[in-house]
Amino acid sequence: MKHLFKKALGLAAAGCMTAIMPASAQDYNGVEVNILTRPGPVIAQRLVERGEEFTAMTGAKINVAEVPFAELFQKLLTDWATGTNSIDVGVFASGWAVEMVDGGLLEPLDGYIANDTKIDMDDIAPYFREFNQKIGGETYLITVDGDFQMLYYRRDILEEIGMEPPRTWDEYMTVAAAMHGKDMNGDGEADYGSCIFKKRNAQSYFAIMSMAAGFVQTKGTGHGIFFDPETMTPKVNNEAWAKAFEVYKATGEFGPPEELNHDIGDTRGLVQAGRCGMVIDWGDIGPLSIDESGAAIKDKMGAVIMPGSTEVLDEATGKLVACDATTCPNATDGINYSPFAAFGGWAGAINAKSDDQVKQAAYDFLSYVNQAAQSNVDVTMGWTGYNPYRNSQLNNTENWINAGFSEEFALNYLGAIKDSLNHPNMASDIRIPGAQQYTGVVLDRELARFLAGEITSQEAVANIEAGWEEITDDFGRESQATMYKLSLGITN
Amino acid sequence: MSDNATSARAGISSPEASLTLRVRFSEWIDRHSRQLFITPAVVMILIFSIFPLVASLIIAFSRIRLRGGGYSVRFVGFDNFSKQIFGSEQFHFLGTFAPISALGWVFGLGVLGLVLFWLFKYATAKFTVLGFLGRVITASMAVGLAFMFAATLLSGKPFGTLGTTLFYVFVGCGIQFLIGLGLAFLCSQPIRGRNFFRVVFFIPMMITPIGVGYAFRMMADTTKGPFSPLWKWVGWGDFTWATDPWAARIFIVVADSWQWIPFIFIVLLAALENVPRDFVEAAQVDGASSREIFFDITWPQIVPVAATVMLIRVIEAFKIVDLPNIMTSGGPGIATESMSLHSLFAWRSLDLGQSSAVAYLLLFVTVVTCVSFFNLIVVGRMRANG
Repeated sequence: MKHLFKKALGLAAAGCMTAIMPASAQDYNGVEVNILTRPGPVIAQRLVERGEEFTAMTGAKINVAEVPFAELFQKLLTDWATGTNSIDVGVFASGWAVEMVDGGLLEPLDGYIANDTKIDMDDIAPYFREFNQKIGGETYLITVDGDFQMLYYRRDILEEIGMEPPRTWDEYMTVAAAMHGKDMNGDGEADYGSCIFKKRNAQSYFAIMSMAAGFVQTKGTGHGIFFDPETMTPKVNNEAWAKAFEVYKATGEFGPPEELNHDIGDTRGLVQAGRCGMVIDWGDIGPLSIDESGAAIKDKMGAVIMPGSTEVLDEATGKLVACDATTCPNATDGINYSPFAAFGGWAGAINAKSDDQVKQAAYDFLSYVNQAAQSNVDVTMGWTGYNPYRNSQLNNTENWINAGFSEEFALNYLGAIKDSLNHPNMASDIRIPGAQQYTGVVLDRELARFLAGEITSQEAVANIEAGWEEITDDFGRESQATMYKLSLGITN
Repeated sequence: MSDNATSARAGISSPEASLTLRVRFSEWIDRHSRQLFITPAVVMILIFSIFPLVASLIIAFSRIRLRGGGYSVRFVGFDNFSKQIFGSEQFHFLGTFAPISALGWVFGLGVLGLVLFWLFKYATAKFTVLGFLGRVITASMAVGLAFMFAATLLSGKPFGTLGTTLFYVFVGCGIQFLIGLGLAFLCSQPIRGRNFFRVVFFIPMMITPIGVGYAFRMMADTTKGPFSPLWKWVGWGDFTWATDPWAARIFIVVADSWQWIPFIFIVLLAALENVPRDFVEAAQVDGASSREIFFDITWPQIVPVAATVMLIRVIEAFKIVDLPNIMTSGGPGIATESMSLHSLFAWRSLDLGQSSAVAYLLLFVTVVTCVSFFNLIVVGRMRANG
């Protein structure tokens, strides 16, 4: 009897295992997959934990190495380009992959996906499936985190002042002014109407692109906010970008005095301490608000699509013109929204030069992390750094409520994400060779100089145009134009 | 040496050929022993020092792109350098130029006049071609820098990473020298607990620069830092050093000084302790004041050590990178970005050519400044002191 019971238990366990087995359950004993990503716990730690599960199931050993974010791209590129090949999988910003695919460094994944019955690609939101994971129509990346920015606000404070969540940047300034100076966490000190990180060499350039998108992009994701796809002339030296610069600086008036030296960590600290009325951030604020250190804002946050604009760029003249049916075909109530896929999200890509068995094991692991069974749990935990990218994560509140969300906030948070993700005018992050130089160096530096008062917004956008032209010429205008078109999904 | 020579002579007279060969070999070794002894060191220096120097020089004249199967290198001549001095990176390296203001002209022409006078004096007094050439290089750089500051700072525009680096070097090292010397002088006096102070003053140097950077960033934070109540009490609750270019630069100099004063302190303390007591006591007997004793007896004795320690400190200060990187990331704008940080940021974006070019410009400025400082000021002063 005892023997029979043991056998039954074994069978049941085997049955459970099969249910959560990765794509092609193989015996990977002796196979080692080396992964490189940013320092944990964000992104890296969950890979380590899922790696241990994967090892228990398949025998493949998953080693996760970490390097500082600013050095991740160079480390991967030098390892793969120089033929060192000590790394099999890079988990990095999807936008960087274009340069790597251009150099023939990444393994195309469509073949693996075709044989994978568990990954359920149709469940992945269209933007991530069609734009973020693909380069030139071929899938090279497996998403583990869906990134775009949203506006978060304190519901309690907004109710107190009797206002609605802002829909445009003008409304944002009005609401921020009304909230500024109120005590929002009961410590007797005046708090801030708006918290938007503004430090140089941090994440500021993502926020400015988020702001500019609503002024620049009107005709859908394929329109783009950076260049004219035919000539690669930058679409930056115009009133739309200058206006975004002005708005970004103006929000500082209702922010903490030291905002110019705040990166995203500093801003999140203030939000969790209940000191911010409104904040621009990725999806992380949702899970962070149910975290222990977010006690001051638990069940008090609301989320909404990034504010839009009633005026948009006329590309012929470089001026801002009023939104109407022709200029803003995707507008809602006369407001042009363009939620920006800032950073695009963390995604895994496989080194084309790794051994075949290692590549298969690496793919199976990335698929395992990406599958709904795992990721639908991971995205509800703030510390993982993973944000939703699957429809099943957005349509089902159960996991979120289990994680500690209130029903109301879960619906509100997921609603804002759905509004952004399914928006036909979602703006794509820059995804061409030299992406880091265009935005992380030139845009970021000119933005910092403008914020510090060294130059005017007009000078800043003119300098950015000159800097971008120089980079384009350096990489080759025609090849850049081809890559830019591909990144926007323009195939003709 | 003389023993070997004797045996070698004995060997030559021997009829056996093999012995002759051995003796001749050992004679050869003997003659080349100096070169042979030094060879391993030379090879090591070539591999680890000269090769990277040459490789980075080649990179400075090229555009390098990493791609599948290696990298592509394209020779671009002086493009990377001219970009810094005349091109799109001019504002970053030298500063944003404006038409020179009246004050700028006065300053620029003043420096030009002084430099010409100095060169004229040298040419008429004790002229040597090499000496004159060196002075012309120093003079050209001084005039160039004077006009750079005249067209930027003195004309209401911000200067670039070169100006910021010079600010860290001259203002920072100046403060560090004065305070370091003062503390060393106090600790060399027979005061109670001086051993305790010696240890305390030395501690900051043992802390890693990253730790110093974070500690100062935190302490100087007027809104959240540990001194926040104090700042609020004195009315500085809303003042933010990190958003004001000069306040940010000064705070970095403060942190840098806190870390490096101990180095100057400990070396100068050793120098002060070596000043013979007899001289000081003799002067005291003769009725000299403390001020006279310091300037006429102690100071001339410690000048060689002070000059050496400052030279080391200046070279080190030119390379400052960790503190501005941690405390402000080079912000606000580019206000606190040093040349090393400028080079690092270029490297991070994989623009290796520009990164190397900035590094070489830094090397040039450092070498000219340090050689000028030593040859023109220190050597002259030491000769004057006899």
